[in-house]
Amino acid sequence: MTPNLASFLYLISSLCFIWALKGLSSPASARYGNYTGMIGMLIATTTTLFMPNVLSLEWILSGILIGGSIGAFIAYRLKMTALPQLMAAFHSLVGLAAVCVAASTLENPDSFGIGVLGHVPFSNLLEMGIGSAIGAITFTGSVLAFSKLQGLLSGKPLSFKGQHILNALLGILLIVLIFLFARTESSFLFWALTGVAFLLGILLILPIGGADMPVVVSMLNSYSGWAACGIGFTLSNPLLIITGALVGASGAILSYIMCKAMNRSIINVILGGFGTPQNDDILSSSQTSQALVKTGSAEDAAYLLQNAQSVIIVPGYGMAVSQAQHVLREMVDLLKSKNISVRFAIHPVAGRMPGHMNVLLAEANIPYEDVFELDEINRDFSTADVAFVIGANDITNPAAKNNPASPIYGMPILDVEKAKTVLFLKRSMAPGYAGVDNELFEKENTMMLFGDAKKMVEHIVKSLD
Amino acid sequence: MSDLLHTSFQLNALSPFMIGLIIFVLAVFVGYYVVWKVTPALHSPLMAVTNAISSVIIVGALLACGPLDLSLSKILGFVAVILASINIFGGFLITQRMLSMFKKKERPKK
Repeated sequence: MTPNLASFLYLISSLCFIWALKGLSSPASARYGNYTGMIGMLIATTTTLFMPNVLSLEWILSGILIGGSIGAFIAYRLKMTALPQLMAAFHSLVGLAAVCVAASTLENPDSFGIGVLGHVPFSNLLEMGIGSAIGAITFTGSVLAFSKLQGLLSGKPLSFKGQHILNALLGILLIVLIFLFARTESSFLFWALTGVAFLLGILLILPIGGADMPVVVSMLNSYSGWAACGIGFTLSNPLLIITGALVGASGAILSYIMCKAMNRSIINVILGGFGTPQNDDILSSSQTSQALVKTGSAEDAAYLLQNAQSVIIVPGYGMAVSQAQHVLREMVDLLKSKNISVRFAIHPVAGRMPGHMNVLLAEANIPYEDVFELDEINRDFSTADVAFVIGANDITNPAAKNNPASPIYGMPILDVEKAKTVLFLKRSMAPGYAGVDNELFEKENTMMLFGDAKKMVEHIVKSLD
Repeated sequence: MSDLLHTSFQLNALSPFMIGLIIFVLAVFVGYYVVWKVTPALHSPLMAVTNAISSVIIVGALLACGPLDLSLSKILGFVAVILASINIFGGFLITQRMLSMFKKKERPKK
């Protein structure tokens, strides 16, 4: 295969990837987009297999077979509620692969056509160092995010004194090491810089709390793209550069959208936990308010729902955890059969990753014409009879509007309080992931339904019949 | 220096880095405009598919695993091939699963 033909095929492959993203502009075209992406990947790998230096086909094919079967197995076994942690885990693999490729390039630059061992150009080494560093940060950062999302580590922000300074120093050290490595081509320095980047990945994600996880997951998505880009520069491979840039831009935009939805600056999210210092006051205040809330049973809820004309359901992480989406669908069908209008309102940061709620509702076959984004539906709460909040605490908290001292002040919320009645389904009075007390619980028109989301909705469904 | 300036508009006179940079910047712009068009309901599939696509790093892994003689470099390449393959298959199949859910629902209502 001539270099020109290979480049041409790589170009086709890049176009396929662009089409894959473009397909996602509507659910109708999205599946074709995904097929196009697969074709692009097929072209990219097949083209590479015909490169003059690629000879050891048994190794390659067995590697693809091993990896492919693991990937397919995971993809079919996965519960959609575990999607956020799976994405984090997948990002970590791209990061580690980038480190491996960079290390391999350093060991044997000859087979990549970028010079002989000991005489690799400065710029290639620089790109190699950067690629490995971003890959390493992506790897440990994603592993940590995975552990937090999977519940292996506490979702609480973990921070210690001098953390920002330590991170800044490590960042500077990393840059210095990359430059020294690029000048000397020493493999010791390569591993030193990769080690520092591994550490930095951990330290960057450690102080980020659960409420900021949607941002973290998309940020890591972005990093995995930039890591691919870095390797693309090292190998002077336009396909890797283009694809890495697409993925990097996509993750960055998603992070930006998430941050805007929380009215937080991205720098803040990266640098620290959500409202960490106030945690103590919040816990004490939530205990005093316990007596004031009105609680209800499933029967009460069923009565209110049956007599409503319009219901808006607000799903949150609580729904995901208890996997209540299927039984919720039953409830919706029952209500609709009684000619009650039922719609869903999705906050951009509901759940643990962008768009996660939409996927869960889609999984339960809830028609997407009934699912609305914050801007589309927020005004309708004032005309709704019942707002049915199911495990979504922070995104409905009025403190975001009327308490300037609150850590979530300024974040756009769903105005559930304007509905005639708010049914708030929740396991306990405990504050949500942001660790902020919700004054909605004490409101006159709020009824708390304590219990596991799935069981509670099952009871409501029974009482509705 | 002046010779360099005279020839600098010919692609073959550019360093690979400059060519890479041009491609990079243009691709970031394309990515920027394409991704903003993605509907918010499909942000999770977007993440899954970009994750699969970023595994195009397998191109580098294949080159690393390519040589016939066994070396540390080849082993690292082999590991990278496995890692990237997990992602490619996992990423595309998960996206497919998610998108098929979105599709099924056009039917039941209305």
